[in-house]
Amino acid sequence: MYHYLNICVTLKVDFCVEKKLLINLYFIKMRKFLVFALFVALLSACNNSVEEKNVDNDNNYVSVNGAGATFPMPFYRMIFKKYTNQTGNLVIYGGIGSGGGIRSIKDRIVDFGATDAFLTESKMKDLPAEIVHIPTCLGAVVIAYNLPGVKDIKLTPDLIADIFTGRIKKWNHPKIKENNNSANLPDTDIIVVHRADGSGTTHIFSDFMTKTSSVWASEMGTGKSLKWKIGIGSNGNPGVSRTIKATKGAIGYIGSEYAFEQDVQSALVMNKSGKYIKPSISSITAAAKGNIPDNTCVMLTNSADENSYPISGFTWLIIYKEQSYDYRSLEQAEQTVKLLNWIIDNDAQQMASKVHYAPLPKQAVEKARNILKTITYNGKVILN
Amino acid sequence: MKSDKIFKYLLFSASFLVIIVAAGMVFTLSSGAIPAFKEFGLKFIISNQWNPTEGRESYGALPFIAGTVITSVIALLLCIPLAFSTSLFIAEYFYKKRVAMFLSTMVDLLAGIPSIVYGLWGFYVLRPFIVELGLSPQGYGIFTASLILAIMIIPYATSLSSEIISMVPNDLKEAAYAMGATRLEVIFNVILPNARSGIFASFILAFGRALGETMAVTMLIGNSNIVPTGLFQTGNTMASVIANQFGEADGLKLSSLIAIGLILFVITGLINAIGKLIIKKLA
Repeated sequence: MYHYLNICVTLKVDFCVEKKLLINLYFIKMRKFLVFALFVALLSACNNSVEEKNVDNDNNYVSVNGAGATFPMPFYRMIFKKYTNQTGNLVIYGGIGSGGGIRSIKDRIVDFGATDAFLTESKMKDLPAEIVHIPTCLGAVVIAYNLPGVKDIKLTPDLIADIFTGRIKKWNHPKIKENNNSANLPDTDIIVVHRADGSGTTHIFSDFMTKTSSVWASEMGTGKSLKWKIGIGSNGNPGVSRTIKATKGAIGYIGSEYAFEQDVQSALVMNKSGKYIKPSISSITAAAKGNIPDNTCVMLTNSADENSYPISGFTWLIIYKEQSYDYRSLEQAEQTVKLLNWIIDNDAQQMASKVHYAPLPKQAVEKARNILKTITYNGKVILN
Repeated sequence: MKSDKIFKYLLFSASFLVIIVAAGMVFTLSSGAIPAFKEFGLKFIISNQWNPTEGRESYGALPFIAGTVITSVIALLLCIPLAFSTSLFIAEYFYKKRVAMFLSTMVDLLAGIPSIVYGLWGFYVLRPFIVELGLSPQGYGIFTASLILAIMIIPYATSLSSEIISMVPNDLKEAAYAMGATRLEVIFNVILPNARSGIFASFILAFGRALGETMAVTMLIGNSNIVPTGLFQTGNTMASVIANQFGEADGLKLSSLIAIGLILFVITGLINAIGKLIIKKLA
């Protein structure tokens, strides 16, 4: 019975197996590496061809590079395409997030950066030179929820704070009922969905909440990402929207441009004058009716206008005030400023609502143009 | 002679390049992580605070280390019995039979599916199933993520293990049969002792993949930056938090994310080293 066991022990273990295994492992790793190398080669080949194009077209066309916020990306994509069609100048925009946009402008690898939150004094000091903010359009954050049969639920900032910090756990909580007498609220668990990635959307939302709720201000604060106590994190507006759609009883916040396009069920939010406002292009535009400072760096949340949707805000492009740096040509600087001037102009602004953003109000356009007139090349003003 | 020399130098420079790339990676990760370790010290590794709110910044990697290790270990535990039995099926019981060939092709196919596809499948099929079973009200969490990880790494472990099992010399097996051993006895007394180091290596490889997996996990784990206290709690992993937060990160947060990358690098390296040691001992 145990004879064959002895055979096993006495027979030398075949080392061939080990060798073959190792070869196999290396082969798999090698294959992966080869695919990766191929990918890198391909990428660099692409880069080369773009660079070559730049050189070829130097006489006629200039390409302007930008990177940053993903929130206004559908708008930028559309207007940059139009700009290229009109002028022949290529605009390349990378949606890598506001933080990435600021990093890129800091490293001076792009002509302009894009951000959903204006840079604070201390952050501006980190940059090698003075920058200016140019607002491009308005967006908002809507409170989306998934509760079949319950339309246009009304929420106050305090209610939102209680829900998102886990104080209110059921949809039929008396506090929610108080505000929504007519609605037939079910006994469903509330599942909070928030952003897992850092985002300008979170920044605008938390800025509004900090302004209006003391509970929020002391426990959560303002930022592009927060320390959430409860809930599920999802990636990007599409991720949050997908999670809400797939989860009964879910509530979360989504950028308006995405929510409008996808026709997401959204809540009415009480504004500063006590009115419940439905998010729409016109109620978002109304948020910018108040006074705007000369540098346009202002959060429009909790606007005093009685018809304004309270969770609204600007999105900005940032460029250096002195455009002569790193051997930049005058032409490159001119083209950059020209592009920005075109964006705040009627031609581009009227396209905003097509992709569900609100266009800049007149006052903001004027202020932005005044800022563009301060941009210089070697001390000389570029825009006349 | 000459071409031989050229080829030798070519090989030498190519392998040297790999070392340079690896060293460069360690250097960038370390230098990027310095500000975080300067600010928090070694507490960075054991602190469970992850607060990115401006003005209250405080970072600790424990929630992510815990999330990564727990999901990967559970995935491996789920993977071992399934992968082992499948590889026995393919390489021993039905070796070179049509059904085994078909199965092994399917396994290889599964290994080639991009992780985002697994993530989508998990989101739309696996997660609702977990909700229906009543295991969790929303379906996100450590368990769901581990399950999808297990499904993702089974093909890796299976395809390697079956290769190794099929390489066990026939003479040995036939000798055992000749002595009157049953099939089960052959498996446990001939195949396993011969192939164990190889099978072990295939599981190390699978574990390594589970540690670094990002997309599918981030879609199912719930992305809450807390140390998970239960199987159906939401959590987060190192790879997932880096992927999610890198775009908008700057300053201390950026450095903390790079530090997490460094920790992931070290953990993967450690597990590989331990794995190699055990393989040597088993061989």
